[in-house]
Amino acid sequence: MVAVDGLGWWGVPLAIFAGAIRVSTPYLLVSLGECITEKSGRINLGLEGVLIMGAMAGYGTSLATGSAWAGVLAAGLVGALLGLLHGLLCSLRRVNDIAIGISIMLFGTGLAFFLGKPLVQPQAPMLNAIPFGFWSSSPQIQSALQINPLFLIGIVLAVVLHYAFRYTRWGMQLRIVGDSADAALALGLRVLPTRILATVIGGFLAGVGGAFLSLYYPGSWNEGLSSGQGIIAVALVIFARWEPLRCLWASLLFGGAGALGPALQAMGITSGYYLFNAAPYVLTLGILIATGSPSRTLAGAPGELSLVRN
Amino acid sequence: MELTRRFLPLVEAVGIPVMALLVAMLLFAGFVAAVGQSPLEVFVLLYKGAFGSSFSWQNTLLRAAPLILTGLAVAIPAQAGMVIIGGEGALALGALTSAVAASALQGASPHWVQAGMLLSGALCGGVWIGLSGWLRQYRGVNETIGSLLLSYIAIALLNFFVEGPLKDPASLNKPSTAPIGDANMIGNLPGMDVHYGLLFGAIFALVTWVILKFTTVGFALKTVGGNPRAAQMAGLRVNYWIVGAAFAGGSAAGLAGAIEVAAVQGAANASVVAGYGYAGILVAFIARQNPFAVIPVAVLIGGINAAGGMLQRRLDMPDATVLVLQGIIFVVIIASETLNGRLRLIKFKPLSPVSAAISAKT
Repeated sequence: MVAVDGLGWWGVPLAIFAGAIRVSTPYLLVSLGECITEKSGRINLGLEGVLIMGAMAGYGTSLATGSAWAGVLAAGLVGALLGLLHGLLCSLRRVNDIAIGISIMLFGTGLAFFLGKPLVQPQAPMLNAIPFGFWSSSPQIQSALQINPLFLIGIVLAVVLHYAFRYTRWGMQLRIVGDSADAALALGLRVLPTRILATVIGGFLAGVGGAFLSLYYPGSWNEGLSSGQGIIAVALVIFARWEPLRCLWASLLFGGAGALGPALQAMGITSGYYLFNAAPYVLTLGILIATGSPSRTLAGAPGELSLVRN
Repeated sequence: MELTRRFLPLVEAVGIPVMALLVAMLLFAGFVAAVGQSPLEVFVLLYKGAFGSSFSWQNTLLRAAPLILTGLAVAIPAQAGMVIIGGEGALALGALTSAVAASALQGASPHWVQAGMLLSGALCGGVWIGLSGWLRQYRGVNETIGSLLLSYIAIALLNFFVEGPLKDPASLNKPSTAPIGDANMIGNLPGMDVHYGLLFGAIFALVTWVILKFTTVGFALKTVGGNPRAAQMAGLRVNYWIVGAAFAGGSAAGLAGAIEVAAVQGAANASVVAGYGYAGILVAFIARQNPFAVIPVAVLIGGINAAGGMLQRRLDMPDATVLVLQGIIFVVIIASETLNGRLRLIKFKPLSPVSAAISAKT
């Protein structure tokens, strides 16, 4: 929690800025992963479960090995495994990707609660942040500019993906598979393996996003750790119109909304605590309502995506 | 041959889920063995905790009562092709509204209070999920994501009101609304320790089943969900049907919340958010969205939930054990949908024109 008392009311925007960066990191990683998956023509609603499994696996591995980065890697691998499960099951005929996603959401959550039971008490090594605020003498600013490397990795990834989707062979193949399976087949592309791989990568990133939750902010493992961040990230990809760079801005916006409750609470305003904490859901829904339309498909949507073919 | 052919849909509808349940049990047995417990012992305890004694039966039925309704919250919109997963929130809002209704009706006769609670709870839940359907039709918001977001918002509203404006100052450890009063509580079914909510849920499910099966409503919903354009051509008002189906589903979940308050908790508090909404999704998918099948499946899943306590006490396994089992069942059930329509290929050869002509004569 950022100490805001010294700066008075100015502490609120500062706390929201600092909070936005911290809270947005899981959104950023999960939404970039989901962006890759959805570009291939599939939607993985199970990322909520993957996120929680990643948080649990990351925390447990960090505790066992003493290295938080080993935890991040383990979380990614667990996420990739769940992504593989989703990708394989969706490849069966007549199996609906939305339904599989819901089942993976419940399965991942249940499994993480089961395996994570012994992890509630002990304290695992945390990820370290990079102190970008070293130049300032104000402890508030120093604390606000503590930035986690995973956030920076997310920014780099967003830029790389932005160009990869447009200019690389791999990116173009992925988009063709996602836009029209028939066209992809005609070009001799392998549709199912591409989609499975895209879901595995999406699962990996969502797992890493989970590790950020348990190993940095809020930085502990408990059953209330994630409450819908995975689902919000899926909705965020729609808002970002399947563009990695817009995912970055949208994540920051959602991070700011998510930081509103804790920032006001730190100021001593506790009465509307639950309502402020619901801000990200209201924002997500508001954006979906404002940008949606019943008559046309969304601009930029991959053609094979079941989500937009109501 | 003709007879088997006619019953094939039923064989498929019952056989595939049963097979999937068995496969899921096997996978769960493997999981249990992997964490160092005896699968046999776990299954025996699961059975005992769910259906082994009259006490466990009552425990099971108590949990089945809300599950029937939250299962319907998924199954009814599914008739029109929607995947709604926001039952948990509709239940929470139904609970909150029913508590408000109870305090507004204080002084009226208990039957009026109860009727007011159940109706207002159902209405509020219906409006909430109906909103998901409305957003889908009029704003193009995907109903699965929309209903889940609305669900989180509803739970936040419940927590806000229960710990804020509507908090009973006397409820210290567990913030709650003012109690509805013992006289207004819904009682138990005759001869059982199970409240009337079970009956209400079963009646809701049966009435829904009858309406869908024996009136044109079911057909209209299928048309609307399957091919909206064709439905429009046939003169069906697609938007009304979609929003109506979502409303009906939501009212079931809202009713579940009102019953939890009126028969179990005695006030609205955070305890009503106990995962019934999410387990209801599983119930509906195992029941293949059939409102009648929702009843036995809700008893089964209620039984698994009820047995969780016994696993915890006897084997010291975490309470999430039953969540793992439910998760495995869910994944296998969804994956088993791939078998739909394939049993036919395994068991029956297509009739040749000659033998078809012969069997048509006899």
